[in-house]
Amino acid sequence: MNRQQLKAPELEAVEVDVEGGDFSRSEVILKGALAAGAIYGTAVVSPFVRKALAMSESGDVGILNFALTLEYLEAKFYEEAKSRAKAKGELKSLVNLLASDEQQHVEALTATVKQLGGKPVAEPKFDFEYSDTAGFVKLAQTFEDTGVSAYNGAGPMIKSKEVLAAAGGIVQVEARHAAAIRLQNEEEPAPAAFDTPLTEAQVLNAVEPFIV
Amino acid sequence: MPELKQLRDPVSRRKFLAVGGGSTALAAFLAACGDNGGTTATTSTMGSSGGASETAQFGKGDVGILNYALTLEYLETAFYAEVVKSGLFKGAELETIRKFGREEAEHVEALTAAVTQLGGKPAPEPKAEFPLKSAKSVLELAGTVENLGAAAYLGQAPNIQSPEVLASALAIHSVEGRHAATLNTLLGESITPDGAFAKPADVKTVLKSVEPFLVG
Repeated sequence: MNRQQLKAPELEAVEVDVEGGDFSRSEVILKGALAAGAIYGTAVVSPFVRKALAMSESGDVGILNFALTLEYLEAKFYEEAKSRAKAKGELKSLVNLLASDEQQHVEALTATVKQLGGKPVAEPKFDFEYSDTAGFVKLAQTFEDTGVSAYNGAGPMIKSKEVLAAAGGIVQVEARHAAAIRLQNEEEPAPAAFDTPLTEAQVLNAVEPFIV
Repeated sequence: MPELKQLRDPVSRRKFLAVGGGSTALAAFLAACGDNGGTTATTSTMGSSGGASETAQFGKGDVGILNYALTLEYLETAFYAEVVKSGLFKGAELETIRKFGREEAEHVEALTAAVTQLGGKPAPEPKAEFPLKSAKSVLELAGTVENLGAAAYLGQAPNIQSPEVLASALAIHSVEGRHAATLNTLLGESITPDGAFAKPADVKTVLKSVEPFLVG
């Protein structure tokens, strides 16, 4: 990707030049990142996002690796929570369930990327800040809601019907997680009639604070 | 209603689902679209020559899929409305039911608009009646309906042609997942009856399940 072209403010004027592979996904990511920049007027595309975009592969493998990054985050978060969050009763059971589900997602996505001939993204190092159970549940809610929006945003860009079907099977589970965590938070499980999608750049920016 | 019970029976689906172990997780993941195990309750629409023609009775292509979804949303809206009227629920549970009903009504609006925008004719509102014997049986029915609704959307997602229509369907699909998990929680049941990977349901299965509630 040509870095100089990232400076262009008008989305229309942006020409994305990607070496090899297809253009559509990178173009959409770029437009998403630039849209953020255009709206907020500054270089909102953070170094992490720039790096992620530069490293990102095109096509379904790239999307699966994006999803894998999020699943790594959630899996680590819940695994840590087993000892850190001091959850009791229902919440404790929920943490165990979520940890198991996210770990299964990590394994499945990793295997699928390999099966498609891609290289699974490495597990990032994370830093989750919370000091009590309440803080944990709040953060969990953010992660689950963001995860749903991330999958919903990426879904329409997936090329393979099989990968889409599988991603759909995962996002529904993330939505179920989100509802259950929200109930623990005494928040509405389904606050809106539609779960709005987020672009990859928006999602990466949202999770960047937790990546060391 | 044995068919409905079967849909909620996790045992027949759990063949490929296991905790831990990369290969079993992958099997589950791939089974989510390939349904290699031939579970009795659901069949995947993946790879079958059916595809969008599964919903042909509702219209062509994406219009057919949207109208299929619209029909289900009409039923969900009607169901929740009757439940609210029944007086079986109070307080926080009643509020949840009201809210879900409002959301299903929004889905009806959005799907109707989408069909119209595509130049299609929106499916008519079906006449339906639901058994409302007790709070518990109603919650069970709600749980069944929501889990089924989510599975129905998941089943059709790969058949949708337009990325915009797919985006809308996904935005609704996940909300149905939230509804399903909430009802499951109220019933003291697992929020993820299919495990870490939700399973799709095909049109035949879904329509067979809702048929008992259709009047006339």
